[in-house]
Amino acid sequence: MSSPDPTPEGESRELTMAQAIREAIAEEMRRDSSVFVMGEDVAEAGTPFKVLSGLVEEFGPERVIDTPISEPGFTGMGVGAAMTGRRPVVDIMFGDFLGLVMDQVANQAAKVHYMSGGKLSVPLTIRTTMGASRRSAAQHSQSLHAWVSHIPGLKVVLPSTPYDAKGLMKTAIRDNSPVVFFEDKMNYQQRGQVPVAEYTIPLGVADIKRPGKDVTVIATSSMVLVAMEAAEVLAQEGIECEVVDPRTTVPLDREALINSVGRTTRAVVVDEGHRSYGVGAELAAVVSEGAFYFLDAPVRRLGAMDVPIPFSPVLEDLTVPTVQGLVDTVRELCGRK
Amino acid sequence: MSEIQATPQVTSAESGPDWQRVYRLMLTIRLFEERANDLYQRKIMPGLAHLSSGEEGVAVGVCTALRDDDYITSTHRGHGHCLAKGASADRMFAELLGKAAGYCGGKGGSMHIADQERGNLGANAIVGGSLGIATGAALSIKQRGSDQVAVSFIGDGALGQGVLYEVMNMASLWKLPIIYVCENNLYGEYTASSETIAGRPIERATAFGIPATEVDGQDVRAVYAATAEAVARARSGGGPAFLWCSTYRYFGHHVGDVDRGYYRSREEEQFWREQRDPISLARVWLEADGLVDAASLEELAEEVTHELDAAVEFAVAAPFPNPDQVATDVFA
Repeated sequence: MSSPDPTPEGESRELTMAQAIREAIAEEMRRDSSVFVMGEDVAEAGTPFKVLSGLVEEFGPERVIDTPISEPGFTGMGVGAAMTGRRPVVDIMFGDFLGLVMDQVANQAAKVHYMSGGKLSVPLTIRTTMGASRRSAAQHSQSLHAWVSHIPGLKVVLPSTPYDAKGLMKTAIRDNSPVVFFEDKMNYQQRGQVPVAEYTIPLGVADIKRPGKDVTVIATSSMVLVAMEAAEVLAQEGIECEVVDPRTTVPLDREALINSVGRTTRAVVVDEGHRSYGVGAELAAVVSEGAFYFLDAPVRRLGAMDVPIPFSPVLEDLTVPTVQGLVDTVRELCGRK
Repeated sequence: MSEIQATPQVTSAESGPDWQRVYRLMLTIRLFEERANDLYQRKIMPGLAHLSSGEEGVAVGVCTALRDDDYITSTHRGHGHCLAKGASADRMFAELLGKAAGYCGGKGGSMHIADQERGNLGANAIVGGSLGIATGAALSIKQRGSDQVAVSFIGDGALGQGVLYEVMNMASLWKLPIIYVCENNLYGEYTASSETIAGRPIERATAFGIPATEVDGQDVRAVYAATAEAVARARSGGGPAFLWCSTYRYFGHHVGDVDRGYYRSREEEQFWREQRDPISLARVWLEADGLVDAASLEELAEEVTHELDAAVEFAVAAPFPNPDQVATDVFA
């Protein structure tokens, strides 16, 4: 799959999402000696997805630290190291393991700056994954970005392209607040143009991945690719989708979402978290509140079914939003059957 | 495997800390907590108050062996740690009362006082919640090539938290300069630790190869000596240590915990107050060793009383935070 990013200015080359993330971390580690990586199998193994391959060879085991399988312990240590002059990039191998570290993330990292009246800060980046469809069953397939998006004090990044992933990762590492960075496992091999020259992307700025006038599709992470494919199909039928990628749920570029819906008058939200009480619900609420007088139809939501992700491929494929499901929803929304 | 260490002994004659200052700090904590209790009873202090009266020997003994730039993390029963690390009582009372002049601008309160200028990375209202932070600070120290150390104060209740064993494992593997100081005050909230802790507690540290010492937490000299030894080892790259300090909290789990008969007896409370009080014990040997006389101690008590009354006055008179502060400091 190729990335929906327009070719950036200047010289660029094609990278996978995994390569783009690795390049971002390596660049920041060269730029700032306080940046280090810590997690399970991050050094020689380079993570199970080989995202960090080669880092330990360049930066050594003091800055690319293999930990025991102790997520709360090393995440908490990331918080403490961040409070005392370091910029840790903590690797939580699967987003599902956020269940193990929520005290460190929600009660410690997120609150230190506020509770201390702004005197202490936690420049910590937590990398983790999301996304189903790898036949990994219920404990290795969840998209739990809603959990952390709900906690004030955490910034949350959901890149959908190699270009965004690199620019956002560099910004995340430089940010003085804790940032949780979600990488969709299904996107690691996705290719896209990435500039050779250094660049960063600010957090809290949505990106219009495809302009269109009939309906706004607000999509996050790998759902952007689903939206782009659906938009292609719908264009054949004369329905022009505007695909808007918030890129970060916290901070959220509410204005960009509302403005787009103000132009198109219809909106669908596609997010891979469970449909109920999730990021999709929040995004839908933002445009329902902010663009109410422009809307020609109720805002629709597509998300993962409210079931644990099943193992059997036949069942798993039913649980996540698909191109066909999105196409059907948009058709309905535009009064086409 | 690391051995269980014999408790080191010091006498007051030895070159050591300024014992008068040590005594003064313990007294400051005692009188601070009395005033906190009073402010709470008079409904001037909102929220929860977990008082550390009776445990002054541990806080002061440990912090006296530290430098200003060493780190500590503290617990919900943390006023003593904070004062012992050098915080001033007026800004602490202000924090307890939710005032703008407090150490955290009133946003943290009693259970979250942090004082980064003196290396206090904050008290924590999650039992064992700061173990990761303190051990991470030790990792940071090692990465920076500094000779600071980190101390994580925990209570016996934290022995029930899995994160303790995760961080002790990493601290030992990587020889991090951290000292885990466990205040065993015999009760986790309203339950005797004998009902919740299996085996010999310090063997949980030695199992990870961490030298561990059982310390009489009511003898500030013993606490100081054990800490000084652990600190010296940690500063020179010798790795972590674990101190198991026996102590007692005179008040209940929190100020509202008044009817305590169902979990501990009056006789037991009386025994610790009368026989094992860290301040009275210190006074006995300070006088016996001729380091102070009764008159100078009276003078000192008067001085501390005056200081703390002024601190309370400052905090009570201090303004509350401006409402526009509610949404600041969410992000750095």
